[in-house]
Amino acid sequence: MSTRFEPPVSDLVKPFWDATRERRLVLQYCRADGKPVHYPREACPRCLGTDLEWRPSSGRGSVYAFTVNHVPGSAAPQLPLPYVVALIDLDDGVRLMSNVVGCAPSEVRVGMPVDVTWEPLSDGRALPLFTPRKG
Amino acid sequence: VAIVGAADVVSPNGVLKKTIPALHAQVVKEALDDAGLRPSDVDALFTAGSTPMASLELAEYLGMRPRYTDTTMTGGSSFEMHVEHAASALAFGLCDVAVVTFAQTPRAPGAVGPGQRRRDWDPTWPSPLIEWELPYGLRLPVGAYALAASRHSSEFGTRPEDLAEIAVSTRAWAEKNPRARYREPLTVGEVLASPYVCEPLHKLDCCLVTDGAGAIVLSRADRAMHLKKPPAFVLGVGSCHTHAMISAMPNLTVTPGVVSGPKAFGMAGIEPPDVDVLEAYDSFTITVLLALEDLGFCAKGEGGSFVRGGRLGPDGELPTNTNGGGLSYTHPGMYGMFLLVEAVRQVRGEAGPRQVKDVDIAVAHGCGGVLSATSTIVLGSRATV
Repeated sequence: MSTRFEPPVSDLVKPFWDATRERRLVLQYCRADGKPVHYPREACPRCLGTDLEWRPSSGRGSVYAFTVNHVPGSAAPQLPLPYVVALIDLDDGVRLMSNVVGCAPSEVRVGMPVDVTWEPLSDGRALPLFTPRKG
Repeated sequence: VAIVGAADVVSPNGVLKKTIPALHAQVVKEALDDAGLRPSDVDALFTAGSTPMASLELAEYLGMRPRYTDTTMTGGSSFEMHVEHAASALAFGLCDVAVVTFAQTPRAPGAVGPGQRRRDWDPTWPSPLIEWELPYGLRLPVGAYALAASRHSSEFGTRPEDLAEIAVSTRAWAEKNPRARYREPLTVGEVLASPYVCEPLHKLDCCLVTDGAGAIVLSRADRAMHLKKPPAFVLGVGSCHTHAMISAMPNLTVTPGVVSGPKAFGMAGIEPPDVDVLEAYDSFTITVLLALEDLGFCAKGEGGSFVRGGRLGPDGELPTNTNGGGLSYTHPGMYGMFLLVEAVRQVRGEAGPRQVKDVDIAVAHGCGGVLSATSTIVLGSRATV
């Protein structure tokens, strides 16, 4: 029984989800300026060009901000409390929302280096979560 | 342009056993009575929140045929945006008497959020929020504001005690407002001892959830001079929005208030020290702290020290949220209307026990979404025009 809200798959985001089946994190890039785009779009929010492609992410980043949830999230089903919702600044140059796992919520700090880890979803996809970098 | 009528409806227990259209009718009537105008004088309608075609349905219900209509929906700041838009429309002669109205009953059985329909949260309907935020258990809206508080704390050393000071000062104002939901004195210790919702925000860092409604009436200044009560002149307006989702906010310690505030103050020809009363959206304590910095009352990062010692309270130098705010007065999903109503009352000198002395400049600063959209309105007394 899943305790996590599993997002639907849109045509646009399908390549992202397909990569997660192989535990690969990919990001959308605009070919015009060579910079990443997140969240994925049909058009680049810098130039509105549509020449976009998927490229691998380093999966490395740091915690930009975080909150420890003591109440359930807005979408059901909900995670066991408490849990950490964080904004992660990837080294690739984008910010994304995720969870920090693999340590106690009280150990999470802003600026903490983190690496991607995967939580399987019920259909073979996986969600990119983040765990404190070791060593 | 001036605000010439204002009214709001709240309940001591937060519950108003009326339908949303009935509340609109009540506050529109009361605001028009306050101005000495009749329903047939109204030729422009502004509203947001009830339904997707809100002004069409509401105008029909109220028996109006507006020649100017606006349903701009930016969450809590919608009604400040409406004042900005109404001021332009009035100045251009596109309408003569504008009504801005709000009503919401989140305490009613089966209520959904402002402007939402049930399918907006349908998990089979992809949207950026559903794909990129909700799978991680974000609680909206509080989780987003908690992220901003986290970042502010780490960049500037802002303490939970500092945020709690804002709730305490606001409660001190509510003690003076017999219509406020919560009026018992509050201490910093009590705020910090209240349960965490989303760390670092406690329950008492968060606004209420109440039913409520309000309306204001605007006209051009020449007509305003001949109506029932002293006008609150619209001296400056400014708006800006930067994102819809918190993960897309460019910098979590800087709100669009850095644009809307200076725009409005510049138009009014005022500086922060000229402000006699500040009504600043208090969905959460952090919302106020960020507004104080972004409107220029203190430097970026200094909000925590600025609010200490009751500076925002009844004996402080910057009276803020003088009706008790969204934290202690009322908060029906979108609070922006109540900022305007209280600012008008303070400019007119009709706020009773909580009246600030000699108010010439009052600012209503709305903030909607997840620190997404701000709109700043500077109101002035007769002495300012």
